[in-house]
Amino acid sequence: MSARTVADHRGLDFEEPLLFEQGAPKRSGVDLPQKKDGETRLGGLERQGEIGLPGLSEPQVVRHFTRLSQKNFGIDSGFYPLGSCTMKHNPRLNEKMARLPGFANLHPLQPTGTVQGALALMDALADWLKMLTGLPAVAMSPAAGAQGELCGMMAIRAALVERGDKRRRVLVPESAHGTNPATAAALGYQVDPVPGDARGRIDVNAFREKLGDDVAAVMLTNPNTCGLFEDAILEVADAIHGIGGFLYADGANFNAIVGRVRPVDLGIDCMHINLHKTFSTPHGGGGPGSGPVVLSKELAPYAPYPFLVHGDQGFRLVEGPEPGQSAAGAKPFGRLKAFHGQMGMFVRALTYMMSHGGDGLRRVAEDSVLSANYLLASLKADLSAPFDGPCMHEALFDDRTFRAHGITTLDFAKALIDEGFHPMTIYFPLVVHGALLMEPTESESVDGLDHFIGTVKRLLEKLKSGDVAHFQEAPSLTPRRRLDETQAARNPVLRWRPPGQAPKA
Amino acid sequence: MRYLPLTDEDRQKMLATIGVASVDDLFIDVPETARLSRPLDLPDHAGEMEVGRAIASLAAQNVDAGSVPSFLGAGLYRHFVPATVDYLIQRGEFLTAYTPYQPEISQGTLQTLFEFQTQVALLTGMEVANASMYDGATSTAEAVLMAQRITRRSRAVLSGGLHPHYRDVVQTLAIDSDIAVLPPKMEGGEDVGAFLDADTACVVVQNPDFFGNIRDLSEISAACKAAGALLVVVVTESLSLGAIQSPGEMGADIVAAEGQSFGNGLNFGGPTVGLLATQDRFLRQMPGRLCGQTVDVDGRRGWVLTLSTREQHIRREKATSNICTNSGLCALAFAVHVALLGEEGLRRLALINHEKAVALAGKLADLPGVAVLTSAFFNEFTIRLPSSAAAAVDDLAARHVLAGVPLSRLYPETPEFANALLVAVTEMTEESDMDALVDGLREVLA
Amino acid sequence: MSGLRYTKEHEWLRVEGDVATIGITAYAQEKLGDIVFVELPEPGKTVVKGGEAAVVESVKAASEIYAPVGGEIVEVNGELEADPAIVNADPIGKGWFLKLRLADPGECDTLMDDAAYQDYLKELA
Repeated sequence: MSARTVADHRGLDFEEPLLFEQGAPKRSGVDLPQKKDGETRLGGLERQGEIGLPGLSEPQVVRHFTRLSQKNFGIDSGFYPLGSCTMKHNPRLNEKMARLPGFANLHPLQPTGTVQGALALMDALADWLKMLTGLPAVAMSPAAGAQGELCGMMAIRAALVERGDKRRRVLVPESAHGTNPATAAALGYQVDPVPGDARGRIDVNAFREKLGDDVAAVMLTNPNTCGLFEDAILEVADAIHGIGGFLYADGANFNAIVGRVRPVDLGIDCMHINLHKTFSTPHGGGGPGSGPVVLSKELAPYAPYPFLVHGDQGFRLVEGPEPGQSAAGAKPFGRLKAFHGQMGMFVRALTYMMSHGGDGLRRVAEDSVLSANYLLASLKADLSAPFDGPCMHEALFDDRTFRAHGITTLDFAKALIDEGFHPMTIYFPLVVHGALLMEPTESESVDGLDHFIGTVKRLLEKLKSGDVAHFQEAPSLTPRRRLDETQAARNPVLRWRPPGQAPKA
Repeated sequence: MRYLPLTDEDRQKMLATIGVASVDDLFIDVPETARLSRPLDLPDHAGEMEVGRAIASLAAQNVDAGSVPSFLGAGLYRHFVPATVDYLIQRGEFLTAYTPYQPEISQGTLQTLFEFQTQVALLTGMEVANASMYDGATSTAEAVLMAQRITRRSRAVLSGGLHPHYRDVVQTLAIDSDIAVLPPKMEGGEDVGAFLDADTACVVVQNPDFFGNIRDLSEISAACKAAGALLVVVVTESLSLGAIQSPGEMGADIVAAEGQSFGNGLNFGGPTVGLLATQDRFLRQMPGRLCGQTVDVDGRRGWVLTLSTREQHIRREKATSNICTNSGLCALAFAVHVALLGEEGLRRLALINHEKAVALAGKLADLPGVAVLTSAFFNEFTIRLPSSAAAAVDDLAARHVLAGVPLSRLYPETPEFANALLVAVTEMTEESDMDALVDGLREVLA
Repeated sequence: MSGLRYTKEHEWLRVEGDVATIGITAYAQEKLGDIVFVELPEPGKTVVKGGEAAVVESVKAASEIYAPVGGEIVEVNGELEADPAIVNADPIGKGWFLKLRLADPGECDTLMDDAAYQDYLKELA
């Protein structure tokens, strides 16, 4: 490995060491008052020895993280058509509102009378979610989409337990996101996968054959992970309800139908919503998210603690069992996280909803579906689309074209990186070979879409001309090129250690 | 609508390319009965100014803990976050990036996660940490599930000193498990070892506990080892790790903690950042994302998400957990704040917290009828008043002092706790705040 | 019985006396990619035919290995812990996973022989 320049930096692409490689003893990036060295009451359990943290000044810390940020691709950087993730624009007004001291500095256990504005905001957000979905109740506390799934399925399980109805199976389409079967299995259900049909939808006949009195629920995503609307959903809903089971919906793809279709009208009993997808709260490099769950009247009583009630003293959160609670119809299945939920994301999401309004949100669905179909129509002559259109908010292709010319989906994605795009989702859903799932969202201009389409077409021409190496060696222009994931897994190095310090065996 | 770039001309052009007359034609798969022909009864779009005013007016209805003397803790702490933290985490490349599945263009996120994992391992005194969980409570539940997988036993013993929300979350998420919950004791010091048996997967002990008590866990650790059970140590105030012996030093097998104290404000309880750390031999049973070091094709050091085969997107129903997101941006905020503090700053900050707490405890102990129940503590302790703590807190709130968390808020069914108040002190507590609390209490108790 | 036997899930089996050695085939290791970890059962454990015997992980996938025949596990290949890459390099030889004492030697007869497995591979291609 040779240095690329004298200093080994390349213009604005810096080689930035770890914090631990830049520290000096006694240095700090904060100024604190002197400690008094007075009486301590630590019970003789003072920490002896060093923690081992490096000391850096403020300018060093700023430069370190600034340089690291410059190695990242965000929505702010460019087109990010990651299917199923809804990488839409993250407005900064959301950030400003979340940081208002009247929200940011609230402790969750303050006297209720001092936090009425916060509770009113949670209530307002809940109202928007109920209005948009048509379901009468919403559990606000789940910390993320996967926790929302757990919440919905736990409500279903609680309802069945109360009925005295022991059901063992949950039906999940093969195309489902991995969290769906993981959630069902975590609750002790046997996961029974249902295949898709030739049109990319759930195979309704196979579904009917698998139905039985022991099926607790079917977990559907609609639109599904192939980007297609499950047009037999009313039939599926009737069938599952007919045997006394429930229809759980994974709301990851709500962006396609928000304001144009209400989940209640599809026969859905509960659905989690990803505020960090449909409602623009930032992805933050992997979180935090927020996954409120809308619930039918039958499932509403099982919503976990805490839940909001409105009395003559104003809003109040019910945080645990209270006398008279079950008489009033509340039978929470438990608690999913400490305190009240992802309030910071509630502020952001409500700010976004109010900015778009009902009319704007309807436009969001229309523009996201329009943009995905534009990609599908523009690229289906060049790439292989396994299912006929129209699609919803995301367009699915498979790797037939690539295999015919000696590369993989991965190679093509890496070539897109050099062209200044974040690749689409690859190898998901599993039901299609070498899948490419493109979700442009409503945030992209038509010029931006055309630029992407043109780039894909020119790359394919390059491929067809025989330049396989270009793809297999891509990316070549990024701060790091392809990384050895095998080595990372075979010999896990998950933290820095001082040189010479071997990990304990 | 400022977030929507497409114009009507653009839409027409796109429809023409697709070959349909209107966008309604793209929704033909939606059953007719489910199609909404008109917009829902919701307000129309609004500009920044109007939205800002509406949201700000909701914020204005709250009494924020920054504007009055505040002594609330109970698992979430008001610490000073340096200005730098917020500016760095709002850089668009951090804020608007997704999970680093394309590592070549995510080295920013990945390197910061590696640094975060190292910081957490160092602070907790453990060998390895993951890239964060949702919060301390879910982290604790996952630690219990992890211990069950490792020991192939079912029973978990939860100390009476465990935060009640954490206890509730463990009971909710550890489905079909045998969870023994020991009764809460304000003075701490329960004999957890007496509850170990051959079916115990783990013992869960919080240190400092919910009431503030610090104890030496080495005895419990030895008892666990003898019984073949794992010791899970919970830390809700991670700044305490700068002042007291680490859980690793005390013999913890798994550490589940709340990282909110570094870099993350109160935010009415969320989002926060859960920490999970363990020893290398338990690595494969640890849930959540992990960032690992490797090299690229040019031999340059870089980072990737690794050991993904434990996770839902590969194992599906056999995953170690259904967790997908971590708490990325909150973990970054933690990492930046800890980087700014450094060894010196973090230790000094911890001691400043403790010294102020000791000072306040002394002043409160001098009040007639008030007893400080916690002998060894970090920055939070329990006091007993001569009358209802909840009533005192309400009276003091009316006098613009947020006096702490009455235990009855989290233990409504425990009459012995009715007069007890949990008081937290941090570096942000000023002399005048302490005087306001002491004088205020003196008045309301008279 | 001479030669190896194979399953449709791409496991191979070699019988010596009443002990069978089991591993995965060259086809399987190629499909999985670089093997990063192998989770082996405890010696002494009994598995039934078709029961889960081991898990093999590559970077992108984790696959259950099902016991082609039932029996008691007598030995597992400790080398794979330190160097899972052996499975890729020598899947039929040094990359063996486990040995078990056959509960019912008759179960081997239903497995494919070498010619049948090669035909099966041709069908898959």
